[in-house]
Amino acid sequence: MTTQISDKVVLEVKDLYTYFFNRWGTVKAVDGVSFSLRQGETLGIVGESGCGKTMTALSLMRLNPKPASRIIDGQILLDGEDILQRSEKDMREVRGRKISMILQDPQTSLNPVYTIGNQLVEALVHRGELQRDLKLEAEQSLRNVRVAAPRRRLEDFPHQMSGGMKQRVVGAIAMACDPMVIIADEPTTALDVTIQLQYLRLLKDIQAETGMSIIFITHDFGIVARMCDRVVVMYAGRVVEEGPVRGIFNNPSHPYTEALIGSVPKMEERVDRLYQIEGQPPALYDLPVGCRFADRCRYMQDRCLEEYPPYYQVGESQRAACWRLDETWQTNPTS
Amino acid sequence: MQRYLIFRVGQSIVALIGVSMLVFFLTRLSGNVLDLMLPIEATPEDFERVEKAWGLDKPMVVQYLIYAKNVLQGDWGESWKWGSGALDIVLEKFPATVQLAAFTLAISTALGLSIGMLVATKKDTPFDYGGKIIALLGQSLPSFWLGIVLMWVFAVLLGWLPTSGRGGITHMIMPAITLGWFNVAALMRLTRSAMLEVLDSEYVKLARIKGLPEWKVIWKHCLRNAAIAPLTYFGLVAGFLLTGSVVTETVFAWPGTGLLAVEAVQARDYQVVQAVVLFMASIFIASNLVVDILYAYLDPRIRYN
Repeated sequence: MTTQISDKVVLEVKDLYTYFFNRWGTVKAVDGVSFSLRQGETLGIVGESGCGKTMTALSLMRLNPKPASRIIDGQILLDGEDILQRSEKDMREVRGRKISMILQDPQTSLNPVYTIGNQLVEALVHRGELQRDLKLEAEQSLRNVRVAAPRRRLEDFPHQMSGGMKQRVVGAIAMACDPMVIIADEPTTALDVTIQLQYLRLLKDIQAETGMSIIFITHDFGIVARMCDRVVVMYAGRVVEEGPVRGIFNNPSHPYTEALIGSVPKMEERVDRLYQIEGQPPALYDLPVGCRFADRCRYMQDRCLEEYPPYYQVGESQRAACWRLDETWQTNPTS
Repeated sequence: MQRYLIFRVGQSIVALIGVSMLVFFLTRLSGNVLDLMLPIEATPEDFERVEKAWGLDKPMVVQYLIYAKNVLQGDWGESWKWGSGALDIVLEKFPATVQLAAFTLAISTALGLSIGMLVATKKDTPFDYGGKIIALLGQSLPSFWLGIVLMWVFAVLLGWLPTSGRGGITHMIMPAITLGWFNVAALMRLTRSAMLEVLDSEYVKLARIKGLPEWKVIWKHCLRNAAIAPLTYFGLVAGFLLTGSVVTETVFAWPGTGLLAVEAVQARDYQVVQAVVLFMASIFIASNLVVDILYAYLDPRIRYN
């Protein structure tokens, strides 16, 4: 099944900044991130560990760790409303109902001391209407995520279930109130490969049924190709490239994107050593003035160290922040 | 759950038997009671006669078996010093200890838990620093000193509270602070660290993602998970307090079992010492058993294993 993507933008993030403040200084975890998401669309956020993917996701729900971090600036327009203007109390009407999230590790994301049913009902109750058969609804929501014998499962505790099953339950909890946007933060990283595929398919099926939008956070370009319509590539707290999946794969315009795609092992090729990107990303509390990828980039020139590049439009809906796309860029200026 | 229960109750019984043996044989290491009991001019024949009358001439093991049989039948022996039933003497002193222990436990647990939860949710704020001061004082002021200082300030200088003895709630305030402050501090620290760990967990994140109000996240999702460590400590403290504190009871002249134990040992009153220790051990084992059952109630993973 495929989902019809409408033109309606359900989520628009504009210049979002989330900083951590600690004794070593300011950690710029999310440093001016912008992107938008349309109804029924799946947007991938890709990047290596510590690039700000998860922080971006948590900021979207305003669940960034407090008081260690703060959303400094920006707008998060969810269904046209800037949720950063809401009070903490009013955020509860948004969480779970308009935007929700599936966490990475199913082993730890369910409370070990309460039954599945209890934790599901808790999410359902929030929908507001009184006088409902919550048990029946909980059962239905388990059935929606293809859990077998859902009625019996309601009485189970998390430790009585397998990892894949738990992740389905987490999905059922996250989607209990039919949110418009669901953020899936590497939901399959902790599952084994066969279960991964099942889970991804399940998410796609549910999307086709409900028309929800998905933000899929991953570092696996294979999953991006399978799941996503568009991709945002993040590096050191910023979006370095954004565009449709096909465009990004066929014509990666940022050297980081290029390197990431290059590091996906290919079936048909025999190599002795897998490709890797040399070096480490810069520390987020001590960022360079220029391009943050510069010292790992094979195209690096002086200009890259001096000034952060603006976004350049590549093709119709693709953009990347790299000096190489500027008209004045000269290949091999030194030679 | 049933298997777990049966297993734990069985363990408790074995522990009780072990304690009764230890107590029985150890009290007999303290010396011959007849040296203390009989007048100085008693003849060897007198010794023999009394030994025979009290069954002290039989081998130790036989003496123990007779003792065990009597205990099971409710006869815990006669006090050689006070002349009445040993168990009666213990039971007579016990209500005073229970009264003080229950009061102290209730207050210190309520305070320790709630302050611990508060400082965990307000980490690195003035609340947290205030909590640290309470903990530091509670864990470093010795009870004999604290008791006397409290008495001097509130009873002698200010005259607000009675100095000592057993009575209404005003009599319990100072002994309870003396006994309880340390526990408040310990419980608070345990609760704080357990809560901080739980607050950082993924299931708390998911609870917030669901849109639950913060009080529900804390009191439902955090508390029950964070309660294991404080509960363990609570079990130990309940045992200690219910068996009576020698120091605090002495300082405040509180007529409880702690005081009785000291007197009985000094008098080599075997029967009373045995009764006191066995009674205390039973309470200790019972409080541990209750805690273990509570564990299983709190955490289903314990219940099903």
